[in-house]
Amino acid sequence: MDKEQYKQYVKDTAPRSPEVRTLLPAFFVGGLICAIGQAISDLLSLWLKDFEKDQIAALTSAILIFLGALLTGLGVYDKIGKFAGGGSIVPITGFANSIVSPAMEYNREGIFFGVCAKMFTIAGPIIVIGIAVSVLVGIIGMFL
Amino acid sequence: MEILLTYLKVFAGGGIICTIGQILINKTKMTSARILVIFLLSGVVLELFGAFRYLESFFKAGVTVPIMGFGSSLAKGALKGAKEAGITGALGGGMEAVSVGLSCAIFFGFVFSLIFKSKTKQ
Repeated sequence: MDKEQYKQYVKDTAPRSPEVRTLLPAFFVGGLICAIGQAISDLLSLWLKDFEKDQIAALTSAILIFLGALLTGLGVYDKIGKFAGGGSIVPITGFANSIVSPAMEYNREGIFFGVCAKMFTIAGPIIVIGIAVSVLVGIIGMFL
Repeated sequence: MEILLTYLKVFAGGGIICTIGQILINKTKMTSARILVIFLLSGVVLELFGAFRYLESFFKAGVTVPIMGFGSSLAKGALKGAKEAGITGALGGGMEAVSVGLSCAIFFGFVFSLIFKSKTKQ
């Protein structure tokens, strides 16, 4: 067996990386969460006819964040996350999950330095970078 | 039939974005905080160049529910604030636009972390 054959042999017999298999669940769960968001938004605009588009959008994210936080608390979201990976991280529900999950874990270290501080171990960078960039964008916007 | 098509677009848009996130996870082993920041910034950039509007009109919640929507709102609010209120709008417009979501995330996050205890540590 020469070198090339050996390489081929290794390639054939090595366990297939799970990479491809993770894409489909991510696609379906991510798509589903967005479809649920669309349904919430559609129902809200039927129900609250005199609300503006921005208000409906804000309320929709509020509800999704509520659901994400609740499901994390109940331990359901982490189960979805194991299956869906990126499909559960990228939607706004994943942002809620990133707040509740560490806060819950450090619950026993007290409200101040457990819950309140640890809430932002993952969400902190997102909020800081998001707000900082928005200020930059605003200042750029003044000269446009 | 039209509503079915709309939901199909939403599903496809959200699915594609999350699949890109999954590919990033597989290829780079990035933590979820980094992934979220990358998508947030991509939302800001798309909004700045005016592309987000077109994506939104086609994919609807498919692009606004992913954290890109959060980035887009931040940028949109900052630009709107700068135009309407000058310096105070430029500084606060982004935060104002995401204030409902951010308040809810902190409030519900706090409440549910107090109510529920982590099951993994018991």
